[in-house]
Amino acid sequence: MITLDDVHKSFGSNDVLRGVNLHVAKGTSMVIIGGSGTGKSVAIKSILGLVTPDSGTITVDGTDVTKADRDAFLARFGMLFQGGALFDSLPVWQNVSFRLLRGSLAKPKEEARAIAVEKLRRVGLTADVADRLPAELSGGMQKRVGLARAIAADPEIIFFDEPTTGLDPIMAGVINDLIREIVTEMGATTMTITHDMSSVRTIADHVAMLHAGKIRWTGPVAEMDSAGDPYVDQFIHGRAEGPIEAVR
Amino acid sequence: MSVLAALGRVILGLFAAIGRVSIFGAQTLSHMLRPPFYPREFALALLNIGWLSLPVVGLTAIFTGGALALQIYAGGARFNAEAVVPQIVAIGMVRELGPVLVGLMIAARVTSSIAAEIATMKVTEQIDALVTLSTHPMKYLTAPRVLAATLVVPLLVAVGDVIGIFGGYAVATGTLGFNAAAYIQNTVDFLQLRDITSSLAKGAVFGCIAALMGCYFGMNTGRGAQGVGRATKGSVEAAAVLILAANFVLTGVFFSL
Ligand SMILES: Nc1ncnc2c1ncn2[C@@H]1O[C@H](COP(=O)(O)OP(=O)(O)OP(=O)(O)O)[C@@H](O)[C@H]1O
Ligand SMILES: [Mg+2]
Repeated sequence: MITLDDVHKSFGSNDVLRGVNLHVAKGTSMVIIGGSGTGKSVAIKSILGLVTPDSGTITVDGTDVTKADRDAFLARFGMLFQGGALFDSLPVWQNVSFRLLRGSLAKPKEEARAIAVEKLRRVGLTADVADRLPAELSGGMQKRVGLARAIAADPEIIFFDEPTTGLDPIMAGVINDLIREIVTEMGATTMTITHDMSSVRTIADHVAMLHAGKIRWTGPVAEMDSAGDPYVDQFIHGRAEGPIEAVR
Repeated sequence: MSVLAALGRVILGLFAAIGRVSIFGAQTLSHMLRPPFYPREFALALLNIGWLSLPVVGLTAIFTGGALALQIYAGGARFNAEAVVPQIVAIGMVRELGPVLVGLMIAARVTSSIAAEIATMKVTEQIDALVTLSTHPMKYLTAPRVLAATLVVPLLVAVGDVIGIFGGYAVATGTLGFNAAAYIQNTVDFLQLRDITSSLAKGAVFGCIAALMGCYFGMNTGRGAQGVGRATKGSVEAAAVLILAANFVLTGVFFSL
């Protein structure tokens, strides 16, 4: 359903993406791994049009994303940003139900609030955080609010940029299960960026490893350990020695 | 040659900037006219730009009006024209000082806060988040602020004009020995409709410039805290200079044709 074909992106002299090819099938969970700064966030932002690739094409359901009707296109997506990106002037519940309070999906206020509280509960937050401001929450709590916001309107396609970074192991487990559930029960298509190998194993149907601006390896999660690729091997075992340099 | 080239580059850069700001302004206008509209954002902007600016506008105007009365009295005394204080205070406040001082105060207070807020939203990816939530950042952030400023700054200018005249009145009747009733009568008789409409029109233009510059610099900020700082500084400089330039043009349009 999502296809990246020879996508290139540079920032000045920094060639971040150098010909990325990737396919994500409908209703599956793709996990992207790769070293810090290799361009994972840039790759998913370019699908949403937040970053404009220098060359290459990105299609969703066969339609070029640059030619799709922007509003209809974006209405299908949810996104958790790596930094949370919560609106700091709005209380938590209005962040979560932002989409349900205005625009084409607008619902009555009480209903939007009830949905927000329910989504907050699913990411392990109690109803009393609903009226607080994002700045009053811990980093991990902000991350989970961002997650609740990404799933609030039940989108078809959801991107999670490091959903478990900054969470305790129990909460990370809760979030991993939630993402898995969203794929299997709601049939959503997801792309998740993570550095946490236990997340990879819980969430992924397929794994892709980004290295040096290209997809180094991609395949079903079950084949990851026997991929026989020294880069993948070094990465999933977290070894300092190997083909991937430690200083980048 | 290299001097010419440098000059050329500066002029080209200036034209490019004017072009970008014009496109930004045109986009803002088009977003104002097309739904969806965000009435809550608009109401908040009215409150922030209008109501909460009243204290600073009032204080600026009253001191300026008072000082103006003292100067006109002192200057007028040199050729026995002390009596013109009410008329000149009224004209000075309504035609020039009211709109310009309110405009500059709005640039200091509103432009800077809009630029800093939007720039911070930009560097913390909140603008990107808006896009992914199907909300156009210009429609949601820029259009309500620019519309609110354009509508409410004329009112602030009117308030500033009145308070400034009152400042002159208080000084003139309190220390310069003017008769209170005659002072008011002279002021009212002397002011023309054109003075008042020019004052309000200037307010609308200055409000529009102030909010537009805040949004423009905020949306085009560089990265990090330094980017936010630069955007804020640039927005206030641009707004202040453009307000003064626009004032010159508008004065020409209203009073020399
Ligand atoms: N807007 C931008 N302007 C300039 N450079 C950028 C921009 N966004 C990203 N980069 C650069 O692109 C590269 C990839 O960044 P990206 O955020 O995609 O990394 P990442 O793979 O998500 O890393 P991490 O795992 O640390 O989040 C980095 O070198 C970064 O400096
Ligand atoms: Mg990243």
